Amino acid sequence: MAATEAIAASDAPRSVMGEALRDAGLAGLVAFILFGSLVGLVTEPQQEKLVLTYQWEYALGLALMVAAVRFLLDVFVWRRVVPVAAALPQGLMRYKRALLTALPALYILGGVLFLIPSFREGFGALGGSAGFEGEWLSRITTGLGLVSIAISGLFVLITGMLAARLVRIFVSWTRPQAGQAQMALTPQSLTRDLMSELAPALLIIALVLPLLVAGPQQRYAMDTAVRVVTMIMLGWGLNIVVGLAGLLDLGYVAFYAVGAYSYALIATEFGWSFWVCLPLAGIFAAFFGVMLGFPVLRLRGDYLAIVTLAFGEIIRIVLINWQSFTGGPSGINNIPQLGFFGLPFNRSDTGFHAFFGLEFNSVHRIIFFYYVILALALFTNFVTKRLRRLPIGRAWEALREDEIACRSLGINTVTTKLTAFAIGAMFAGFAGSFFATRQGFISPESFTFHESALVLAVVVLGGLGSQIGVVIASIALIGSSEFFRDLEEYRLLIFGACMVLLMTWRPRGLVSTRTPSAVLNRPKPITADIVEGSRA
Amino acid sequence: MTAGDAILRVEHLTMRFGGLVAVDDLSFEARRREITALIGPNGAGKTTVFNCITGFYKPTEGRMTLIHGGASALPLIDDLTASGAVSVTSESGSLFLLERMEGHKISADAKVARTFQNIRLFGGMTVLENLLVAQHNELSRASFYSIAGIFGLASYRRAQEKAMELAVYWLEATNLVHRADDAAAELSYGDQRRLEIARAMCTKPLLLCLDEPAAGLNPRESAELNALLKWIRDTHNLSILLIEHDMGVVMGISDHIVVLDYGRKISDGAPAFVRNDPHVIAAYLGVDDEDVAGVEAEVQR
Repeated sequence: MAATEAIAASDAPRSVMGEALRDAGLAGLVAFILFGSLVGLVTEPQQEKLVLTYQWEYALGLALMVAAVRFLLDVFVWRRVVPVAAALPQGLMRYKRALLTALPALYILGGVLFLIPSFREGFGALGGSAGFEGEWLSRITTGLGLVSIAISGLFVLITGMLAARLVRIFVSWTRPQAGQAQMALTPQSLTRDLMSELAPALLIIALVLPLLVAGPQQRYAMDTAVRVVTMIMLGWGLNIVVGLAGLLDLGYVAFYAVGAYSYALIATEFGWSFWVCLPLAGIFAAFFGVMLGFPVLRLRGDYLAIVTLAFGEIIRIVLINWQSFTGGPSGINNIPQLGFFGLPFNRSDTGFHAFFGLEFNSVHRIIFFYYVILALALFTNFVTKRLRRLPIGRAWEALREDEIACRSLGINTVTTKLTAFAIGAMFAGFAGSFFATRQGFISPESFTFHESALVLAVVVLGGLGSQIGVVIASIALIGSSEFFRDLEEYRLLIFGACMVLLMTWRPRGLVSTRTPSAVLNRPKPITADIVEGSRA
Repeated sequence: MTAGDAILRVEHLTMRFGGLVAVDDLSFEARRREITALIGPNGAGKTTVFNCITGFYKPTEGRMTLIHGGASALPLIDDLTASGAVSVTSESGSLFLLERMEGHKISADAKVARTFQNIRLFGGMTVLENLLVAQHNELSRASFYSIAGIFGLASYRRAQEKAMELAVYWLEATNLVHRADDAAAELSYGDQRRLEIARAMCTKPLLLCLDEPAAGLNPRESAELNALLKWIRDTHNLSILLIEHDMGVVMGISDHIVVLDYGRKISDGAPAFVRNDPHVIAAYLGVDDEDVAGVEAEVQR
């Protein structure tokens, strides 16, 4: 009944859409023919003759833009057939359907862009090419290049989701009782359930990432990936303190610094190996976590935030001023770099490349570091997920919900808080010693409040307590700041605007539902409103 | 009515907040396997007494003793007080001096559980999780403070299963089993009240302190609560200390009533006695103008 009404109501608007689309398509076609001859074919004088080069991709991009603008004008400005405002309430369903039909098209386009990198790089290189004099045009084409990168990224993500789904279907075949009916690979189930494969898809992509970005940009891409994964690991560590235990910590970078300096000092003084120093750095950082925890046991909310902020600054200032121990502002140099089972990544005869008979390539070192931090981050995630289902993890969450009730149930709130601080700090310590061995040089400048704020932003944007949210937020935060590097100083402006928009759209972060840690019959995600409501 | 079967003995309890005397030299006993009600007009100091017993306030003066395992340990009480220790255990039982204990230990060691006047559930967690948090100490020990749990050892898994069984038992007892996977904050008011009792029971207490459990319940829910409390008392060997304004509940289920007014005890006895005590009637209903002087004189006396 309601369905037929909805169809009847959406009939008229769809014809508006259809007309607008047809109109836009026509405009795009005309634009393509025009731009094709003007932009698509370029003659360049070379060695006293003219060489014809093809730039169909520019022409296509420009035509698409014309079509898009035409479409927008049709729908929102000229309002050709009926007022669009009247169609908007029913518009949501149509919008969803349009997206679902557009997705395969986007997917194919992404595949083309991804598999034929010359397309992508063609767009990307365009911004700096001499083909156009106009600054704005070059900006626009740069933008097109970025869009093409984004679309090919989407292709990779969806491929990863499909792969994850296939793995799951395969597993359900080997274990038939695991609900095969729901596992069928139908188009409907595919679009509906694909989002549930997000986490495994990201894991698969993360594991094969060095292959995906092979090419001239690999070094840069892997460097960025290492930064992203480090941020994810820090985010997961802070998530224990802020997301689970509800203790707002603005000085998290202090533990990162403790870990980095522990490794740097031990490795330079005693020459111990990274894998020995790593747990030590974790222990030192955890010790500092407890040290911070004691004075703030009675504090909550804003007051806690101020004290932790001060703690972070104290650590940084001590690092600057304790010259004889930490090297002061000039930091610590020549920190031993991590090798592959003792094989250093250098040109020497005892190095990694000589041992395996490979040609020397400095990218291999970065790829190795990438896998090290990936393993550390996955370890963090594993431990956190386990802890959430254990008494201590539940006590953290209970503490966040109501401290007084915790005490009335016999939970020692002091040790519960201290363990949250200590374990959160320990993971920061691990990440810190990785940072030190990767950089080979550390100084207090790397551990400013800015870093704490960034990690906290990742946790808050992702949704407090959500593990996958931290991943998405880290990729979005670091990825976007790299992505928009060409926009130079405008990039922080865009960054800020995105942040404001996101927080108005989803005030509880990207992933705001909470998964219960124990289930009797069937799991139901708990929406943020409820968690929020109970806190008020 | 011998002193022997007391589980909680409160002696000369006084709580001052600056110049305000909230509880003034209060002494009473809660007896084993009985429901003791603490009643009185608003502001009489009932919740303050509760907060002292459960360790949220440190009393200004007085001694509160919790007695495990019968009366025979009672003679040790003065030695314990003099020794400065928190508790003493002999073959016959244990004594705990609540005023010396840290808040969380009162629940963990002395086995006193409580609910709150304004419900304090872990709203963002599910009903089941609320009950598992209540078994924190036991599970924590079983998992070697979560370390064994990280490796998923069998001993922890068994403990977890037992904890789930206990949780389901209390969910069935409070008729909440169908809501087990819902967030606690989603429950109706009456359900939340019962969940709080179930959560307190999951700590396996010997003394259960209920702060206005019937507040906000409709008559049918109140009647169900009465039945539940009686059932708990009879089947779980439990003593209950109760603050309540709903006289239907108080008179229906209490074995023993203590009446407070302005921080002082004005009456103490069985429901039938308290109901007819002129002090209580005066405190609750006031008195006719011409009787004021007489009653005041009697109260002074």
